[in-house]
Amino acid sequence: MSDTHAETVAFVRETMLPQAAPPASQTGAVRWLRENLFSTWVNGALTVLGLLAIFWLGTHLLPWFLHGVWNANSLAECREIIANRWGDEASGACWAVIRERWNQFLFGFYPSHLYWRPILALLLLFAALAPVLFGSAPRQLLILSLAYPGLAYLLLWGGSVWFPISAYLGFGAGIAAFLLLRRAGQSLLAPIVAVLAAVLWWLFLAGPVERGLQSMIPLAMEPVRSNAFGGFVLSITIGVAAIALSLPLGIVLALGRRSDMFLVKALSVGFIEFIRGVPLITLLFTASLLLNYFLPPGTNFDIILRVIIMVTLFAAAYIAEVIRGGLAALPRGQYEAADALGLDYFKSMRLIILPQALKISIPGIVSTFIGLFKDTTLVIFVGLLDPLKGITDAVRAAIEWKGIYWEPFIFVGAIFFVFNFAMSRYSMHLERRLKRDHR
Amino acid sequence: METIERAIDRSHMQVSDEVAVQITQMNKWYGQFHVLRDINLTVNKGERIVIAGPSGSGKSTLIRCINRLEEHQSGRIVVDGTELTSDLKNIDKVRSEVGMVFQHFNLFPHLTILENCTLAPIWVRKVPKKEAEDTAMHFLHKVKIPEQAHKYPGQLSGGQQQRVAIARSLCMRPRIMLFDEPTSALDPEMIKEVLDTMIELAEEGMTMLCVTHEMGFAQAVANRVIFMDQGQIVEQNEPYAFFNNPQSERTKLFLSQILGH
Ligand SMILES: Nc1ncnc2c1ncn2[C@@H]1O[C@H](COP(=O)(O)OP(=O)(O)O)[C@@H](O)[C@H]1O
Ligand SMILES: [Mg+2]
Repeated sequence: MSDTHAETVAFVRETMLPQAAPPASQTGAVRWLRENLFSTWVNGALTVLGLLAIFWLGTHLLPWFLHGVWNANSLAECREIIANRWGDEASGACWAVIRERWNQFLFGFYPSHLYWRPILALLLLFAALAPVLFGSAPRQLLILSLAYPGLAYLLLWGGSVWFPISAYLGFGAGIAAFLLLRRAGQSLLAPIVAVLAAVLWWLFLAGPVERGLQSMIPLAMEPVRSNAFGGFVLSITIGVAAIALSLPLGIVLALGRRSDMFLVKALSVGFIEFIRGVPLITLLFTASLLLNYFLPPGTNFDIILRVIIMVTLFAAAYIAEVIRGGLAALPRGQYEAADALGLDYFKSMRLIILPQALKISIPGIVSTFIGLFKDTTLVIFVGLLDPLKGITDAVRAAIEWKGIYWEPFIFVGAIFFVFNFAMSRYSMHLERRLKRDHR
Repeated sequence: METIERAIDRSHMQVSDEVAVQITQMNKWYGQFHVLRDINLTVNKGERIVIAGPSGSGKSTLIRCINRLEEHQSGRIVVDGTELTSDLKNIDKVRSEVGMVFQHFNLFPHLTILENCTLAPIWVRKVPKKEAEDTAMHFLHKVKIPEQAHKYPGQLSGGQQQRVAIARSLCMRPRIMLFDEPTSALDPEMIKEVLDTMIELAEEGMTMLCVTHEMGFAQAVANRVIFMDQGQIVEQNEPYAFFNNPQSERTKLFLSQILGH
């Protein structure tokens, strides 16, 4: 064992080594290829197989896209042009259907002279979302964010300007009742009476107030009925409304599920498990058929509104579960520190717990939103014209486009992809932005 | 264990006759497990009490009962004249007057150091933001990290985080401070900076209850050491007598283990 001695002999370094560059074989493209594509025999074989698959797909699909025809008046004409140009055997896309019918895919049967209204609503949506999505947006935009729901309703459905205004006054009535009672020292009663005041306003006063104002100052936009909605106007209307409503509801449900109060907890759990256990289509059918039995006869409860409610409830149950995961991931010490500082339940949730739990939950929440947006195509089952099947069937019903198949699906799919990819990128941006805080 | 070398300024360390915390015949169970048994303890204003005892003896549970992070099932706890019952008003009142420092700091990672310190004063005490920030800076100076005010907790060392946690509690201007093993999660070289901060607090006359294994700290600043075992107070005495002339066998055993002789 004489060599063990060598290591115990005292040693002092006399010159410190400068930093050196790594060997050449450890850098650059060669290294990347070796590490990522050909690190083992299995990996190498998979790489080759993958390349073959891409090649096969390319050679089969590319001609179809390249042979695409944009200028034609019917599917038959498309086929003729392709046959003339590329030979009888050739197949090709007939994009002409998109060129001729794009407005139906986007707007359904919305009156074409009013297209500017949904477009303006969409543009305003981005402005209204800016203060919510990006911390740096000017504060004044928040007013737009608050006014946006009413504004969007007015633009999309038209009708009397006083309708959304008198609806907003209901919130005003609620807030006024709340402030008055709180000043009178009734802080427990205040929220209950506030909700009651708002509901009473909507049920009994909103209508007469609207008609009164309308008769004094008639201000109205051309009304558009819900059955004219279709395509992406319908999908985005339902999607945006349900996304905006399901997040707060999901938060409430998640907190309810963790509550110490038995009834609150039981109701939350029951609601979440029921909604998650039932297919969305069941809920949509309920919305379209069953609600009629429960509502007083003659009530005209808008079908789009019903669908929005059902999609919201559906998404909220999933969001609640995602957020519950975020809440569970927080160390108990965060709750204890907030308690020890004297923060009450609502303040500690709002200031300490939810900001952190929501941050953890962002990927799950956005996935739920993306799923929700895609699920809006299911409204076809209650007779609404979703862009994917409803509008496509309507287009195919025309003699000229009978038999067309892939092109509308690809077009609609591409638009869905753009929206969903944007949401996904935004969620990654948000995660990165919030991560800076926590190094 | 850290030995305290500096001289302690005792001019402000005066124990008054007023009672800060009074615990009488208090019992607590976790399910069937009787974790605190017949606890009787009176703490006067200005007292510095160190609570020692083997792991699992109920030290944390005891001090967590004082600000109602844990609920006791029988007996009375009166903090600064307010009895802890299920009345939420009383609990909030006690919590805003009792500061607590945890073993794992429990800073809020999504807020800056300054925001950590101003949050409770602004939202609980309704102090204006500017004033809360001035107070926070004052206490951050005191714990010697004013330059970190705009960083996030994750960017600070453990010792710095614990000092921020102390400053955060002080910003609420508490009358009583509870410490639950404030140095146990720290690397040895950081223990001293936290103990120094605690000693300064003691020198200013703060009423303190500290669960700690730092017997050097206990000898230097405590006016009473309480030894707990199996959920009971087994022995209490002033530090010199406690360390040099322990009475119960359990205390002797514990001291021999912790002092290493
Ligand atoms: N939330 C809890 N539920 C059940 N048992 C607990 C809980 N917290 C602590 N205990 C038990 O109570 C005893 C006392 O714990 P603790 O007060 O943390 O001891 P110490 O701080 O002295 O180490 C331990 O046996 C521990 O396992
Ligand atoms: Mg403990």
